[in-house]
Amino acid sequence: MRRTIAALVENKPGVLARVAGLFRRRGFNIESLAVGVTERDDISRMTIVVSGDDKTIEQVIKQLNKLIEVLKVSDLSENSVERELALIKVTATPQTRGEIIEIANIFRGRIVDVARDSLIIEITGDEDKINAFINLMRQYGIKEVSRTGKIAMQRGSKSME
Amino acid sequence: MLNHSEVGGFMRVADAIIKALEYEGVKHIFGIPGGAILEVYDALYDSNITHILTRHEQAAVHAADGYARATGRTGVAFATSGPGATNTVTGIANAYMDSSPIVVITGQVSRRLIGNDAFQEADVTGITMPITKHNYLVTNERDILRIIKEAFYIASTGRPGPVLIDIPRDVTMADIEFDYPEKVNLPGYKPKYTGHPRQIKRATELIMDAERPIILAGGGVIISNASEELTKLAETIPAYVVTSLMGKGAIPETHPLSLGFIGMHGSKYANYAVQESDLIIAVGVRFSDRTTGRFSDFAPNAKIIHIDIDPAEIGKNVRVDVPIVGDAKLVLRELLKHINYKRRKEWEEKVEGLRRAYPLKYKRDGKLKPQFVIEKICELAPDAIITTEVGQNQMWAAQFFKVKYPRQFISSGGLGTMGFGFPAAIGAKVAFPDRLVIDMAGDGSFFMNIQELATCVSYGINVKVAVLNNGYLGMVRQWQELFYKERYSATCLAYKEICIEKIAKGFGAVGMTVEKSSEVEDALKEAFEIDAPVVIDFRVDILEKVYPMVPPGAALHEIIDEEV
Repeated sequence: MRRTIAALVENKPGVLARVAGLFRRRGFNIESLAVGVTERDDISRMTIVVSGDDKTIEQVIKQLNKLIEVLKVSDLSENSVERELALIKVTATPQTRGEIIEIANIFRGRIVDVARDSLIIEITGDEDKINAFINLMRQYGIKEVSRTGKIAMQRGSKSME
Repeated sequence: MLNHSEVGGFMRVADAIIKALEYEGVKHIFGIPGGAILEVYDALYDSNITHILTRHEQAAVHAADGYARATGRTGVAFATSGPGATNTVTGIANAYMDSSPIVVITGQVSRRLIGNDAFQEADVTGITMPITKHNYLVTNERDILRIIKEAFYIASTGRPGPVLIDIPRDVTMADIEFDYPEKVNLPGYKPKYTGHPRQIKRATELIMDAERPIILAGGGVIISNASEELTKLAETIPAYVVTSLMGKGAIPETHPLSLGFIGMHGSKYANYAVQESDLIIAVGVRFSDRTTGRFSDFAPNAKIIHIDIDPAEIGKNVRVDVPIVGDAKLVLRELLKHINYKRRKEWEEKVEGLRRAYPLKYKRDGKLKPQFVIEKICELAPDAIITTEVGQNQMWAAQFFKVKYPRQFISSGGLGTMGFGFPAAIGAKVAFPDRLVIDMAGDGSFFMNIQELATCVSYGINVKVAVLNNGYLGMVRQWQELFYKERYSATCLAYKEICIEKIAKGFGAVGMTVEKSSEVEDALKEAFEIDAPVVIDFRVDILEKVYPMVPPGAALHEIIDEEV
């Protein structure tokens, strides 16, 4: 089973290494990891997608909480908004360019770079949407994909802090 | 204790470090100097703190660990950068596994050289990340005092553990204002000490309903100084008490309710009693595989109450019915308020029957038996602080030395570090110079830190080492005999050729050799009398094995024994 966990951590060097090291050492499997600063520049937020059974996830949360620089850990697997951003560079000939732009529009993607024989498309959404879009782009020839990893937030007025 | 107003003003960071350690109440430091930490050693020269120069950094950390376990106070070790720091790794991992509070301060190359593969540079914070409770690389001299304050706080509170501070050489040479913080501000570190009242109520109900209750006490009881409360709870319920190896001393093993330790080499009666119980009250124990046997068959008919300060230990290895996160002492005090005495006669008769039917025993065939040596030490020095090495010596010590009080028995439980016992004994003896401290060793383990005889001799640290010398890595040999068709691959040590007595004498210590059972008592008496470090080479029966034994992967009731 896959779960999405968010952790508020002190924004200090080495914290990412501590978290990543903990996952490796305890044999937890990270599927994606996204880090960014919060509204406070001394606190970062990590969103970690991890696979494992309930017992494993419980240990993940407890072990994360033991790290001194981890301030708060939440399980965001249910009732939360989840998003990912991807940049996709696709081969685009004069014949296919229109078609690609049309598909990108359907997915509410944006064309952020145009070259003689390629396009970069920026797309956001949940993982399924991005996977579906990438699959559709395969026929034109994908040159490069860069994904941010998932970020998530609980719905409703409650906040993590 | 110095007053804040007296110590303002600028000073060298190295001096500030030593001053901060004095503030923390540090009396002893174990370590070895070197290039990157020279400045700090220079500052130490003017301090009242006693420094013990060990002959290997691993031993310095084990000594600080032994000091911490014997006293309950945080032990401190110093090492230089690179190889000095990497030599501390085993000691740190050992302290981490057994939750021992130590602070290790290592020198590092100057900031501008970090990452440059400089001479004697190693990524020490990276290396020790998974084996410390927390660690620091000091990148700004202004952080040093806050970091030292935090390090001592983190090491000694909650579930204790090692904290490492890595300090670049140029930081130690900088100047700062000495303003030692009085408080720590650690929003991500808030140990929970009091148990949840609802869980305590549920635990009370389970205890009152239980017909066959057993208390399982671990090292957490020792760390929390809760043995008095634990013994009282046992008497109030009443419940028999078993311990993990780390829990020895949680209740006097001479107490009628004590069944000693359980697990791979625990007594048959203690292991059987656990398997037949209907309630396990586990206190400060982490259910390691060596203690529980096969997890799925541990105490199959029992409900489990688990009291531990570390929430991550609860439910990690075995299913738990009532989890209580909190400090053992406080939770036990709370429980004591609600428990009433209820005699369980049938259970009492059952356990006493087991105790009579399956006593610990060994063959008495005229050869010098290691168990006999331990029994004699227990008889002649029942109050001595005992450290052990790891292997057969450790298990025989655990079986045959009846521990009377907490912090009396010091052993490497989690990591199983051969070479721990001797430097740990040095640490304990430095803390308690007037007490008898005995390392129960095997020949294999003793040789792993034998160089510390030099430390003992140069400082007059008069520990006694009882080497149960069988010329083998005995426990490994035992497994090869039982599980590998007697194929003794790489376990035979030179037995005839090496003279431990002469080695001890070469270091300037006292060496003795004992070959017969009849000589044991006199030798021990003499060794305990002599005002010097003494090593006794007990040439014990090579073939003796540790029994009973729960085979690896088996359940506690599948324990095997030998015919005597």
